Amino acid sequence: MISAPDVVAFTKEEEYEEEPYNEPALPEEYSVPLFPFASQGANPWSKLSGAKFSRDFILISEFSEQVGPQPLLTIPNDTKVFGTFDLNYFSLRIMSVDYQASFVGHPPGSAYPKLNFVEDSKVVLGDSKEGAFAYVHHLTLYDLEARGFVRPFCMAYISADQHKIMQQFQELSAEFSKASECLKTGNRKAFAGELEKKLKDLDYTRTVLHTETEIQKKANDKGFYSSQAIEKANELASVEKSIIEHQDLLKQILSYPHRKSKGSALCSAETEHAQDQADQVATTSNPDESADADLYTCRPAYTPKLIKAKSTKCFDKKLKTLEELCDTEYFTQTLAQLSHIEHMFRGDLCYLLTSQIDRALLKQQHITNFLFEDFVEVDDRMVEKQESAPPKPSPGRPPSRSLDECPIPQVFISVGSYKSSVESVPIKMEQELGDEEYKEVEVTELSSFDPQENLDCLDMDMKGSISSGESIEVLGTEKSTSVLSKSDSQASLTVPLSPQVVRSKAVSHRTISEDSIEVLSTCPSEALIPDDFKASYPSAINEEESYADDSEGAIHFQASISPPELGEAEEGSLENTLSQTDSSCCIGKESDSLRVPLSTPAPTHSDPDGVVSSPPQRYRQKDQGFHVDFAGENASPSRDNSSEGFPAFELDPSRLLASRDVSKTSLDNYSDTTSNMSSIASTSSDRTPSSAHPTGPSSERHKKRAGQNALKFIRQYPFAHPAIYSLLSGRTLVVLGEDEAIVRKLVTALSIFVPNHSRHAKPVKHWVSSPLHITDFQKWKLIGLQRVTSPAGAGTLHTLSRYSRYTSILDLDSKTLRCPLYRGALVPRLADHRTHIKRGSTYYLHVQSVLTQLCSKAFLYTFCHHLHLPAHDRETEELLASRRASFLKLNLGLVNEDMKVVQYLAELLKLHYVQEPPGTGHPTLRFDYVPSFLYKI
Amino acid sequence: MTGSPHPPGPKFLLLQGHLELGSGLGRSNSWTCCPCISQKSPLQTIGEEQTQNPYTELLVLKAHHDIVRFLVQLDEYRFASAGDDGIVVVWNAQTGEKLLELNGHTQKITAIITFPPLEVCEEKNQLILTASADRTVIVWDCDTGRQVQKVSCFQSTVKCLIVLQRLDIWLSGGNDLCVWNRKLDLLCKTSHLSDTGISALIEIPKNCVVAAVGKELIIFRLVTPTGESLEWDILEIKRLLDHQDNILSLVNVNDLSFVTGSHVGEMIIWNILDWTVQARECNFWDPSPQLDTQQEIKLCQKPNDISIHHFTWDEENVFAAVGRGLYVYNLQMKRVIACQKTAHDSSVLHIAKLPNRQLISCSEDGSVRIWELREKQQLAAEPVPTGFFNMWGFGRVNKQASQPVKKQQENAPPCSLELIGDLIGHSSSVEMFLYFEDHGLVTCSADHLIILWKNGERESGLRSLKLFQKLEENGDLHLAV
Repeated sequence: MISAPDVVAFTKEEEYEEEPYNEPALPEEYSVPLFPFASQGANPWSKLSGAKFSRDFILISEFSEQVGPQPLLTIPNDTKVFGTFDLNYFSLRIMSVDYQASFVGHPPGSAYPKLNFVEDSKVVLGDSKEGAFAYVHHLTLYDLEARGFVRPFCMAYISADQHKIMQQFQELSAEFSKASECLKTGNRKAFAGELEKKLKDLDYTRTVLHTETEIQKKANDKGFYSSQAIEKANELASVEKSIIEHQDLLKQILSYPHRKSKGSALCSAETEHAQDQADQVATTSNPDESADADLYTCRPAYTPKLIKAKSTKCFDKKLKTLEELCDTEYFTQTLAQLSHIEHMFRGDLCYLLTSQIDRALLKQQHITNFLFEDFVEVDDRMVEKQESAPPKPSPGRPPSRSLDECPIPQVFISVGSYKSSVESVPIKMEQELGDEEYKEVEVTELSSFDPQENLDCLDMDMKGSISSGESIEVLGTEKSTSVLSKSDSQASLTVPLSPQVVRSKAVSHRTISEDSIEVLSTCPSEALIPDDFKASYPSAINEEESYADDSEGAIHFQASISPPELGEAEEGSLENTLSQTDSSCCIGKESDSLRVPLSTPAPTHSDPDGVVSSPPQRYRQKDQGFHVDFAGENASPSRDNSSEGFPAFELDPSRLLASRDVSKTSLDNYSDTTSNMSSIASTSSDRTPSSAHPTGPSSERHKKRAGQNALKFIRQYPFAHPAIYSLLSGRTLVVLGEDEAIVRKLVTALSIFVPNHSRHAKPVKHWVSSPLHITDFQKWKLIGLQRVTSPAGAGTLHTLSRYSRYTSILDLDSKTLRCPLYRGALVPRLADHRTHIKRGSTYYLHVQSVLTQLCSKAFLYTFCHHLHLPAHDRETEELLASRRASFLKLNLGLVNEDMKVVQYLAELLKLHYVQEPPGTGHPTLRFDYVPSFLYKI
Repeated sequence: MTGSPHPPGPKFLLLQGHLELGSGLGRSNSWTCCPCISQKSPLQTIGEEQTQNPYTELLVLKAHHDIVRFLVQLDEYRFASAGDDGIVVVWNAQTGEKLLELNGHTQKITAIITFPPLEVCEEKNQLILTASADRTVIVWDCDTGRQVQKVSCFQSTVKCLIVLQRLDIWLSGGNDLCVWNRKLDLLCKTSHLSDTGISALIEIPKNCVVAAVGKELIIFRLVTPTGESLEWDILEIKRLLDHQDNILSLVNVNDLSFVTGSHVGEMIIWNILDWTVQARECNFWDPSPQLDTQQEIKLCQKPNDISIHHFTWDEENVFAAVGRGLYVYNLQMKRVIACQKTAHDSSVLHIAKLPNRQLISCSEDGSVRIWELREKQQLAAEPVPTGFFNMWGFGRVNKQASQPVKKQQENAPPCSLELIGDLIGHSSSVEMFLYFEDHGLVTCSADHLIILWKNGERESGLRSLKLFQKLEENGDLHLAV
């Protein structure tokens, strides 16, 4: 039955054309209600619309022994972010799932209180009522005055997007571990300092008491002790005991860093750095403030005071703040790390995943990626990271990538993938093991762990949380990332909880219940999943099969872009299979090597359980690593490994996101309303326009603007193609104009087409007003040149005409271009003036993808042995040249001038590869003696 | 080689021609690299399409702070550069890497020469001698960069150096001529010759040397120690006074003759044994008025348009850089067989003959040009468009373009110099260049730069070779079976 609104809607369009303003109003009862959150600027797709906070934030809470769970601080520290979200309530929730089996006191069989160096626990929980999901990182700090010497804290990453938390679990865990480690390191120092003070006090008290006792003894010669004397003696005895206890505690806390921090080294560099700083502080300011390892034993400035032997646990005293607990230095660092985390995970999950995949793939192209990628950003971050946290044990990292590489927005925790992560970073593991001697034994007995114990443990955990009857869903828990043995044994934890099963359970639960705990999954960080378990869980296997499809796609993609393998494999098979386009010449061989691992689980060296069938994408990952070594584009496999150890996102999506926010507010002048709208629509989770972020230079905004301006250039100038060809083929393009702003803008826009010579500098000079020199053409490939109308400018123009054979000249004032002819097919694809791409950032990505493809061609061309070196002595140079030409034409599908582009890129690749160290050699100016033509609008 | 006098001071380019780039962009379809073309100068130009020009890659080498005047080849892959800043730099010609910088002179360097190691001597290190305006001569070890020895007892600036390897001695020419041995002992010297000093020195047979002093050529004979006396001596044998103006260039051509060129364009070929004039060519400055000459003189203001700056030679021909032009003189035919009267915009400073009948010239106009000596096809000797090939023959071609072809053939030289490429890079006078068979061309200039011109294709191949070598070194090269 056709209802009235349908009819109206159907006929409306015609009427609209004729009488646009005479539109009959829709009866109120038929009108579709507007999206309820539209007024808040939210879009219907935003998951955040239900949540009470505007975007993700980090919450630090404490379970105070005085007042119970309480929120301490949020990052960002802005009430707008969490809005009406009840932090107190949520603190209660997240603190109530604290597992903390940490136990300080007098364990049976021990005379003194023992400090338990408990590992952090990591839990994912959700509160469907609040629409909040959180990664919760529990940690314990030591406080001499606290009950049991411990103060439980937790850091929570709160997001409205459950999938985000689940999929970024490894990354979150790794990052939060860093922050936690930093806090704990500071705390240990502060605690040790506190203990020392206490010891001094006790010592002093003892002396005083002793003296008093002696005096009393002397005064009292009656042969019996007064009650007072007995009391004194008792007190003295308890002081003595207390001293011993505290000395023991001090010994424990001091012994910790040496065995632990080296092994985990989560922030060892930071620690060292901080220590340096602390040293400086110590020398200049109050040493009490600066707890330094070296200063543990000497604190001359502290004056001991008389204290009671029995510490009073009273509730009226003020507990130390977090900052006091952890030493200001470390506290600030932690805050910095947390805000780094906040930046890092800002934005939509899709975005995070894509950028992570992007980075991961880019890293694999380490031969060619210097050409067009934003090396500065990447490299700086890499260097920075290497400096700040060098031997990062990242068992959780590579699996994260495998998770990322499956871009389905669904919850799955592929336990098996963690397994292969262990395999893929053997070096790291060894290092870690070596340092953690105290766990070595366990590690060596990987295969003989006792699942039962852990099962019990798990049961306890789960029972505890399930029975609490709150609306908390424990989505996942995780024990320490740094303790291999534990996590290893935790494989068994997951046995009863297949992710798949749990997930469905969770879903069903949530639909029914408003107030119930749903344990979605426990998530051991680098758990090894036993084979037999998989076999017994068809659901898990199904899930993996479904991944296989995805990863197959990924493999295909990888095969067509991954240079090392191609380069390696091409030699034999080129002749036969080269008729396919692009890099297909090697695919025959390549795909074999790729698919074998898919079908048959490859035995791996560090596999304690023998054979493990991990999800295929893991093998892909590994396979690639293997290939890199095999093909040997990388001189040092270990370096490769270490670089793989860094999570992809460290290359910083946050930065992108941050600037993305900015770009939203400062939309480019040229973006039309459509793009404006779409940009708003496309960002779902991250809605708040945030102003400048400290960590985010405008790279993303730059890209966007550059893309936009490039797009504009392409639309505006019919001769954009030869201009871009000049840039791609290494012929310096001089943009000549009077107005600096316009020239700069165009130079920035066109710089996205300029291949880099090395990782360190982009050969672009935005603005020059002096006459150009031959060295400028050697150094710069894109120059913005000021047109001076005065006689002084004549020299500039003269040199320009003198060196015209090295340059293409784009005259912005007269709208002409003088450059060689271009008849290829590549640039039209790159810069189609009829393109439907409207947004600058989209166009930028388009350019990047075309250029990446180009890079792979250049790579192939460069590393084909028989194209450059004779197969035998009798081959002449002419034969080689013709072979090269036919390769470019037939195999790479290049026509005319496109060949020159690839040849130029190949030269850059060669130079870059041969140079030791890369990027240090002299750039040569290559040119062709080709006639130039003048293009006009 | 000996240091020949070069015009002092940097000669920055005259900025000629239309300087309106913007409008030029709008008008012409193809630009020419020479600013003079718009003046309708007879300068032969070549477009941007230079298929025969192999130099498609360049590398700019920066180390000097003043005019670079001298380049000497040390071995197959090294060369040294020296100039007015007093430093000598040793370069790798393949990579452009700066190997050594030799600091020692306080003033500009006036002459530089290599002193090859003796065959018998243990010390195999290559030495270079440099003379400077600070009146010193320094011997350098150019493998280590060490300053071996320094002589500073000169009365005047040494302007030229020559090594007589046969006798293992070297001579320095300033206001007088001194003879030194390898250990830098002064063996003997002449009396004061002239205030202008010796401008060029060459060795000729019978222990003789020829020195160009002003307009004169002086022949000295070295008396080597014999059984009777252990003394060295140098005796003046003869003075040749055939030149009418200062002698600028003096070179050995072959075993039979040497050649001199003077400021007014006289070229004399001498018998090397009896020092008689074999041939003389003086009509480079043919006064016949050319159509464009007037304009050129106004433009270029070059009175020394016909001074002979440099010679080079091969078995058959002597090539002379005369003013702005290039001339090829055939020794057998005793006549000029080919010429380019205006090969460059201004004086040609250095020329060299390549094995493949190619000639390279560099000039004060900042360009380097590559020429090819071609047999002129008689049948093709038809009137060619003026302004393009109008400069062969001895003038009057323009005026008598209507003359019968036959007559033109009689007058016209049998060969021609064809421009096959030019190298534009320096922004000022190109003082000298060096040709490496394997590495290309090195040019030095008054703009303080040295440019390494390379064959791009060959370099590309070399880089590939290197790349695969590195792959192999890393054990990453797996040849398909």
